Formats: sequence, structure tokens, C-alpha cells
Amino acid sequence: MANPPLIDIRGLCVGFRGRSGAMLPVLHGIDLQVCRGESIGIVGESGSGKSTLALAAMGYLKHGLQKISGEVIYDGADMFARSPSELAKIRGGQLGLIPQNSGQALTPTMRIGRQLDEALRLHCSLPEGAHSDRAIDLLTQVRLPDPAAILRRYPHELSGGQQQRVAIAMALAGEPDALLLDEPTTGLDVTTQAHILDLLRELARARNMAMVYVSHDLGVIARVCDRVQVLYAGETVLEGPVRAVLKSPDHPYARGLLASIPRLGDRSLPRALDGRPPAPGADRTGCVFAPRCALATDHCQTLHPPIITGEAGQATRCFYPEQTSEIDMTGSGAPLSCCAENSPLALSLNGVAIRYDRPGALARFMPARSRPPATVDDITLSLTLGETLGLVGESGSGKSTILKTIAGLLPPAEGTLTLGDGTALTPRVEQRRPDQLRRIQMVFQNPDESLNPRQSVANILGQPLRLYFGLKGRELRARAAELLETVRLGAHYLDRRPGQLSGGEKQRVAIARAFAATPEIVLCDEITSALDVSVQAAVLELLNDLKARHQSTFVFVSHDLTVVRALSDRVAVLYQGRLCEIGPAAAVYGAPSHPYTKVLLNAVLEPDPDHVPHLLTEDATELSPPACGCPFKHRCPVKIGRLCDTDTPPWQEATDGHAIRCHIPLQDLSKPDPV
Amino acid sequence: MSAATTTPRRSRALNTLRDMAARPSGAIGLTLVTLHLVMALMSPWIAPFDYKEMNSALILGGPSAEHLLGTDHLGRDVFTRVLLGGREAFLVTGIATPIAMLWGGMLGVLLGLRGGWIDEAMMRLVDAFLALPGILPLLVLITVFGSGNEVLTPTLAFFFGIPVIRVARAAAHEVVARDFISAARARGHSPLSIVRHEILPNVTDTLLVEGAMRWSWMLLGFSALSFLGFGVAPPMADWGLMISDARVYMSLAPWGVLGPMIALSSLIIGINLSADALAKTLGLDQGRKAVV
Repeated sequence: MANPPLIDIRGLCVGFRGRSGAMLPVLHGIDLQVCRGESIGIVGESGSGKSTLALAAMGYLKHGLQKISGEVIYDGADMFARSPSELAKIRGGQLGLIPQNSGQALTPTMRIGRQLDEALRLHCSLPEGAHSDRAIDLLTQVRLPDPAAILRRYPHELSGGQQQRVAIAMALAGEPDALLLDEPTTGLDVTTQAHILDLLRELARARNMAMVYVSHDLGVIARVCDRVQVLYAGETVLEGPVRAVLKSPDHPYARGLLASIPRLGDRSLPRALDGRPPAPGADRTGCVFAPRCALATDHCQTLHPPIITGEAGQATRCFYPEQTSEIDMTGSGAPLSCCAENSPLALSLNGVAIRYDRPGALARFMPARSRPPATVDDITLSLTLGETLGLVGESGSGKSTILKTIAGLLPPAEGTLTLGDGTALTPRVEQRRPDQLRRIQMVFQNPDESLNPRQSVANILGQPLRLYFGLKGRELRARAAELLETVRLGAHYLDRRPGQLSGGEKQRVAIARAFAATPEIVLCDEITSALDVSVQAAVLELLNDLKARHQSTFVFVSHDLTVVRALSDRVAVLYQGRLCEIGPAAAVYGAPSHPYTKVLLNAVLEPDPDHVPHLLTEDATELSPPACGCPFKHRCPVKIGRLCDTDTPPWQEATDGHAIRCHIPLQDLSKPDPV
Repeated sequence: MSAATTTPRRSRALNTLRDMAARPSGAIGLTLVTLHLVMALMSPWIAPFDYKEMNSALILGGPSAEHLLGTDHLGRDVFTRVLLGGREAFLVTGIATPIAMLWGGMLGVLLGLRGGWIDEAMMRLVDAFLALPGILPLLVLITVFGSGNEVLTPTLAFFFGIPVIRVARAAAHEVVARDFISAARARGHSPLSIVRHEILPNVTDTLLVEGAMRWSWMLLGFSALSFLGFGVAPPMADWGLMISDARVYMSLAPWGVLGPMIALSSLIIGINLSADALAKTLGLDQGRKAVV
């Protein structure tokens, strides 16, 4: 390194005072150097201290945390030794922060223009009169269409991707030398994420900025970073160039992390990383990763490994870096359970349409034409017993809405639901018969929300057991313990509360609760998206197991194409509440495919520095489906003309139940580039 | 099953008390409330005089070794009457507060779960009641039905339960929006079962703190009624009544007013401090969330 690093963190220890009064460290002697024009990725599971590290680079610690030792040097001086006025000048000026959820970071009652103006007034050297031009210039730089109109909008009038772009523009207002990014694309759609990352790369290159990029997603790191630092339990376990670290990491934890990521090209299930990191304040005499490490020896239990720099430039905290290549990074090869051919029907949806808007008293007398198009429309699907149907699409595509309708929480405006035995499924859950209720169970996205924090696990599992089977007392407890075994948790979890469980354990309890009813149909709403990748892999493995054992039908909703690919027999692609493509998983992920499916597949990020996503179209900006024509017409890269605007495209049948809804003939859709 | 759930609950109540006592506000508040409770329970045995024994030789007498707070306009011992003066208030509000919390809380939670037009209509009704100055409807009812404890208790329980509806409904609303309620609905539980198993455990903390605050308001309300002559009938000792009687002679014998005033305000302060400590212990004050 010729230049001195812009951000230079040395031996940083940060901790909080526990209830016992002892200091519990969350960061243990972290070193981090970032030069101008360099971008460093920081990865790790939740709780590894990566966000704390990024905020500490600004000289900021969250409430309750304090610096124990070490220094954070920015541009030659220690951030923790600077005066508040100096810090105020640097933060948001030379040193920008882009938070995870910009929707919450923007003030909801202020127009975008005023918020940008505030940032410019505090940190911009230009005279006040030039600020409005500068604001438009900044929004153009972050590639927002029609910047003048955006300035007049409120944050809630923008999509998630647009809000994130505004946050980037605000950070750029101070002409920063360095940007700290805390999971800036987590929670965004795949296409939006790919666009934002592209933008950040180019901005960093054009302005020679230093970037610290915090993420749990190695695919994101692969896309934007030069170097990567892997944190585990508040300690750097591996540091090195992105290519080397992602291709052949020298630390068993990094290998485990890579193996737990599902990939498009690999049909086998990802490999789960068992165990969980030590809590702050736990004993750290040996290697912190030893309890979860396949290579651990007695040596690892007693001695704390130092950082060793290997040939490829990787600095690893492991005694046996040369042996790590023994750990397999490909999928587990666990056989995917498949449903039997020609199994009986479990559920069918016929022409289902769902509306959120309810016509008011006045609207009932207005012509029907003036009503907005339905949120979800014309869904005809059938599910056979034991099959897993994956529903994919961007946010707002109506995937969760369809699940709610099947669960009876949101009655459809049109269409019918029929069970496998030919009986109609009553639209409203309150009017369903007990046996109908039992047959359909749902697992929600976030277990923190779907488990009652005031109930013990025994009580949570007891609810369906009491309701459907009338179990009581010892019998109930025995059955609850049995259920916990099926999700690989022991009976000793029965008296715990959700707050005492990790994210993965909570989701297992939620899954056990669904299976308590011995359901025929299990609705899974993004059930792995709130979990760490290593935990996600374990949950996927569990679902695969349950699927084989119980012959249940799954409807698996996710925005993550690789996760859906890993688990589904059939896949349906949704765009703005309309089906685009449906068929066996292999066929949907192969050719021919709907232009939208192709856009999604091309935007997927893989933890591979050689993999470059192709951006075929702009990310989603319109919020409601068009009244006529093809729903995808505004973003379609291969739109053929007037026909797409006016006529709803027909279903075209390919082989084996694979159908695509598009005006373009199938043979043209099979080409890699159908233009 | 029930044995397994009650054991941690009992220890949880004890733990909460211990955590409250560890805070300065909780320590002071709990001490004051406990003192008053002991005083109310034990006063017939520890009081130096009979509360209605008049001494015509010593009217409006000053504090002395015999009469710690002097005597009132009928020559009765003020200290004795202060010791006994909280008993009626404790009895009436001690019964009325739980009743107010129970009916207000249940109705509020049900409305929060049900939503829709019935919820809207009920809340406007609650607004209408809250718009009236609190003492007015109380006075109307007491003039109609008389002012015995058997009238005062249900009346106070009714009027002080109305604001509880609003608090309980707001707390329930927060819970109803969460996925575990959707999960329970999707399983097909009845609304009552959802209230009992899913919502109530999550709103009891808020209701407990609210109950403590309501109690102190109700004590003040009860004393105000006595002060106006609608509460406890003479010659029974009651703080509100004592203040009312003694205020005429305030310049001659200030202790006659000061004694019951200090007793009443120390109890109210004690309850408020305890409620504050309870809210902090249960983590209900959003201002400062503890790390981990």
C-alpha cells in the first residue's frame, strides 16, 4: 500500500456491561484498513459484530456499547478523540453511511427535495442558490428517472429501490471520501439489488471512494468488493482478496458459510452449518469456531490460533489452513424427495382474483370500469398430494396474498378454491369446518412475529393439539415433545419461551406447530428469509425431510430463486399478481422461459466473483398492475409492440405441463437472447 | 400443564417486585404503599385514642406529647383520625380498581380484536364520557342513589373503567397486528380463545401499570367526594372529610389540614412511584430500551 489507509482500525475492542456488571466484549481486537478507491466487504452471521464494526468506523457506538481498547483512525486522527463538532462535520460529509432500511431512515413527513436540501446545506460547499441544481444532478447520478418529480415526492411514494437510491444520493451530497454501507440491498428484490450494486460499483470507481460493505450475503460481496473480511463471534477469522476467499477459503467457517448457500446450478440441497456462535462473555481460551469445526483437534480447544498469512494473500485464524480444502463446499447431495407420479389432487384454485380495495358506499353506484384492476387476478393452479409448488416473484407480486387466501384470511373477490375430494373450500376461515381447518396450516415469514412471546414452547405447540385433537395434560406434553423431536429440537425446549431461542430454533418451533395438525397442505411464506444462510440451509434440509416423511403438499413462497429451486417440484412465476409461467422446476429454470423469468434468473447473485448478473431491464417502479394487456409490458426487454399493450397474452403449452404466458412464440423464447 | 405454568409465574411476580425495589423510585414507592397498607390494617389496634371520642376541654388544641397532631374542632385526636382515615378509601378503591380494570380491560381488548363499526361506535361513546369532567356524572349518580359504600364502589368502578377501555384497546391493537394472531385465526380459534391465550398475556403488563395509575386517581376521586360531603359519613374518619372539616379553622389549627393532606399525598406519591418503577421493570417505557 503506497498511500496511508483512509480508515485504519487497530485492535478495536467494544463491549457492553452485562447484568452481572462484568464487561462483555462483542468485538475482539479487530484490525481493518481501507484505502481510497478500495472496497472491503465484512461478512458474518447475525450477531457477529459486523454492523457494530461499521458504525465504530464512524466513531459511533450504539446505546450501551463502549470502547474497551484500540483506535479508529480516519484521515489521520482518532475518531473517538475528535470533538463533537468535528465529528458532525465528518459524518455525513466526508464519511457517508447508507443504512439497511432507507425507508425508515428517511423522514416520512418531509419531501425528498427538502431532505436532500438539508444534507446539502450541512455538507455542501456550493452556494445556496446552486443547491437545487445539485439535488437534481445527484438524483441523476443515482439513475432515478425524472429527478424533478422525485424531489416533490414523499418517501412512501417511492419503491424500496428508489428509497435506497435517494439514501445514496444523500450520502453523495457531502462529496464523501468513504462510504459505509450496512446491508444496503437486504430486503430488496433481486433485480433491484443487482441494479443498486452496479450503481455503487460505478460510483466508487468514478469518485475513487473507499467503501466498507457490511453484508451477510456473499453473493453481494462477490459483486462489489476487492477484499473481504470474515467475522465470527466478534473476531476476524479470515481476511483476503475476494477471489481467493470465495474460490478456496482457508478457514473452515468460511467454507461452511459458502457451502450453506443454495445455488442455481446445483440441484442438491445446501449443506447446513450446525451449532451456533458463542454468546458474548463465553469462554474463549481455544479457537472460537472449534465447537462447530469438522477439523478441530485438542490443540484447537486449548490454544487460541493466531492469524497466519498464506500464499494467496489470505490471512486466516486457523492452525490447519492447508487442511481446510478437505471440507466439501458443494451441496450435501441429500436426495431431494420428489412426489410420486399421478398422485391425487390436493387443492385447486380456479380463476381466483383478490382485491384489497373495498368499494365504498358511493363507488357501488359508479360504473365497474372505474375500479382499479385486482391485486391478484386469474390464478388457476392445481396441487397434487405430496408435491411442492414454489411461488416466486418480486415484492408486490401477490405471492403472500395468494397464501393468505388459501389460509382463509383474505377471501377472494372472484373464483373458487376446491379441495382434493371435490368439496369447495369455504372462503372465510371463520366459516370453515374443523377438518378443513386442520388440513391447511401456514408457517409465517418471521418467527419473532408468528410466535407469541408470552407463551412457552409447550403452550405454543399445545394450541393446535388442544384445538384439533382435544389433547390434555400428560398426553399433550408427550405429543409436543414428539413434535419437537421431528424438528430436531429436544424435549428440554418445552418450557422455554421464544425469547430464549435463536432465530433458527424459533422457526423450527413454528414449523412444528404447523405439523402438529398433521396437515395435508402446508403454506410456507418466505420462511427462510429472516434467517442466516447457514440456518436457512438447516431449515431447508428439515423441510425436505418432513416432505418425504409426511407426504404433505407444500406451497413455498419466496423471492429467492435459488431457495425455491432447491426445494420445489413445480414452480410458478408471478408478476404483479398474474401468473407468467408455471411448470416443473427444471423446465421453468431452463428454456424456453418467459421474459420475466429470464430477467429474474439473470439478476441472481452467486457467491462467485466470475459470475456477472445480466441486467435485462430496469427495476420495478410501477406499483399497480396495468388494466389491460400483458402485466409485464412496461419492463419487458423483448416487447413486440401494440399487441402486448392491448391483449392479454395466451398460455402456450410446452412439454410436461410447462406453460408460458407470452405473445412471443415458444421457439423464440427458447433462444438465449430472444430479441 | 397448569402446575408447570404457575410456578414460573409466581416467581416472576416476586422477581418483578425485587427488580422494582432495586430502583430508587420503586424502593420509595413500595415503602410508602406498604406503610399505608400496614397503617390501614393495624390502625384500630395501634391508634392512641378512639376516633369519635370528643374532648370538650381541648378543642383545636396544638400538638403535644399526648396529641401528636393536636385535636380538631370537636376535640378529637387528629393523629388517631389520620391513622384511621385511609381505611374506607382503601376498602372502596381496593375493590373498585380491579373491577374497573377487569371490565374496561376485557371490553377494550375485545374491541381491539373485533375492529369495524362496533369498535368505532364504542370508542366515540368512550370519547363522549371522557369529555365530561369526571366528578359530574359521579355526583349525579350519588345524588340519585345515595352515598353508601355499596353505591360508591360500583359507581367508581364504572366511571374509572371507561378510560381503561381506551388503553386496553390500544395495547390490543398493537398485538392484533402481529402474525401470531393471524396464525391463531388461520387455525380456527374462537375470538375468546384468541383473547385469552394470545392477547391477554401480552397486554397484562400495560394493564397492571395502568391499574396502579387508575388506583391513585380513584383514591383522589374518593377523597374529593368525601371532601364535598358525598363520601364517608361523619363521624367516620376520612382524609377528604377531615380536610373539609378542618379547613375552616386552618389559620387556627393548620395541623388539622396538614395531617390528612400529608397522609393522602404520600399514598398517591407512593402509588405513582411504584407504577413508574413497575413500568420500567416491565420494559414498558420506550424511551430507554436496555441493551440485550
